[in-house]
Amino acid sequence: MIRLLALRELRSLFAMPSTWFVLAALQFIFAWFFLARLDAFLEIQPQLAQIANAPGVTVSVAAPVYNTVALLLMMLTPMFTMRLIAEERRSQTLALLLSAPLSSGHIVLGKFTGLLIFMCMLMAGVPLMLYTLALGTDIDHGLLLSNILGLLLLTASYIALGLYVSALTTQPVIAAIGALAVLAGLWLADIGAAAEDSPWHFISPLSHFQNFNNGMLDSGDAAFFVLFTAAFLLLTMKRLHNNRRYG
Amino acid sequence: MSNPHPEITLSARNLTRRFGNQQVIHDVSLELKRGEVLGLLGHNGAGKTTTLQMLTGCLLPDSGEVDICGISLLHHPAQAKAHIGYLPETPPLYRELSVDDYLLFTARLRGMKSAAAHEALAQTRQRCGLESTGKKIIGTLSRGFQQRVGIAQAIIHRPDVIVLDEPTVGLDPAQIREIRNLIRELGDSSSVILSTHLLSEVENVCDRVEIMQHGKLIYGDTSAHMQQHGNVSGFIISLRNPPPLSALEGITGISHVEQLTATQFRVLHKPEDNPKGTLLSLSEQHGWQLEQLTPLQATLEDVFVRITDAETAMAGEAK
Repeated sequence: MIRLLALRELRSLFAMPSTWFVLAALQFIFAWFFLARLDAFLEIQPQLAQIANAPGVTVSVAAPVYNTVALLLMMLTPMFTMRLIAEERRSQTLALLLSAPLSSGHIVLGKFTGLLIFMCMLMAGVPLMLYTLALGTDIDHGLLLSNILGLLLLTASYIALGLYVSALTTQPVIAAIGALAVLAGLWLADIGAAAEDSPWHFISPLSHFQNFNNGMLDSGDAAFFVLFTAAFLLLTMKRLHNNRRYG
Repeated sequence: MSNPHPEITLSARNLTRRFGNQQVIHDVSLELKRGEVLGLLGHNGAGKTTTLQMLTGCLLPDSGEVDICGISLLHHPAQAKAHIGYLPETPPLYRELSVDDYLLFTARLRGMKSAAAHEALAQTRQRCGLESTGKKIIGTLSRGFQQRVGIAQAIIHRPDVIVLDEPTVGLDPAQIREIRNLIRELGDSSSVILSTHLLSEVENVCDRVEIMQHGKLIYGDTSAHMQQHGNVSGFIISLRNPPPLSALEGITGISHVEQLTATQFRVLHKPEDNPKGTLLSLSEQHGWQLEQLTPLQATLEDVFVRITDAETAMAGEAK
């Protein structure tokens, strides 16, 4: 059932021309960032060559590109999560799901999985681009993998949050702005907090991504993402159940 | 061995529902047998849609029970819902999908296997007159075809209980006729419950009718019975040269005369005593110049208005 709902979600996404446009535009933006970083690296490479233990190409190119993708993701995810439930509610298709032999859990996990797969496709170009560096030089596979894993967890947590905000309203636009406001708020609070041990750092997904970005796998960070995602998925299920309760 | 096709497919007992402080549904009980088409009749805002939402599990009742084919909807929602096909007021269509993709999705959603779903798709498309629209995108279809797709998704998994919320709204007369035929056909194998505010719909397709007002069921009977109930003895006459009202009222057998226009009157009489002959001869004698005499057609409309009015009057007295 979850697979069926996820496939329906993907099918609907790919049936819309706007999805293809966004896909194309983003590939262009990602490629632009990659080229810009690569260009900058090539420019300073002669100087780097003279330093002992100079930063390699992976750290100088891949890590900043991933960091940018993570930031873009903050603005992108709400654009895709906004429709998940708000649109179903607005076009009255939610009744179809509610009257079908499904639990709220099926509906939420189906939608979550569908969009997660889509977002993975959307970002698949980035690691592929970065792996082309391997044609010319040795790259740090560990760093790339930790970034991919971090980005995956970050995406999952953003989707879960966006899904929950989408479940709160009937208007997709409000869902998008709401999710963006929360994500941007968390990010701003994180970069604004000066103290090293400020609680804002702890609750901001992006600050937990930093360790992954630097190539450090910390089980604490991974646990944060898993808990963050699970919490919002459960809240969404609860909200859908309340939909039956309060109409 | 338990009977795989129980006689009673849907039974709702003492459903109540409130939104905030407003009690919307008061103690509604319904029963539906296999092969029966039940019409839920009521004004807009009477609580029909809310009732249907509770019967399909879209909305939880505050109290009361719903059994679908003997399975409790509240305790085993997944099993019970597999027996329901529901068409809400607005058809729940994914406008960006093609008709085939959408219908296959809805069939699989109700637990059909892929092969069975494909088989059911062909049959359902043929039943709903969607043979030539399989590849078309739902959003590009006309309102009538979208409504058909909506009905198709409600019946594709061959449910025992089909719940249709105002199925003919927004359709043209030819389409309405087709849909009504389809509903009658569906009523042979499953149970159908449909809500409507059109009395002709109940007259044409329903075996039984429940009238709903202010969240209560105020009348329930077979629709044939209901028409009898509504029989009025009387006619409308137009006289080119009418006498004073009192002269008409004086004729034996006439119980009530109401002047509609300068020359038209609505005449009511006792059912056992038809004053038509007397009226004709009197008109001849006094030169009233009778132009037209039409017996009153008893319609559900009359019954409906009468029953709902009586209900309102009773409520007024109670206050």
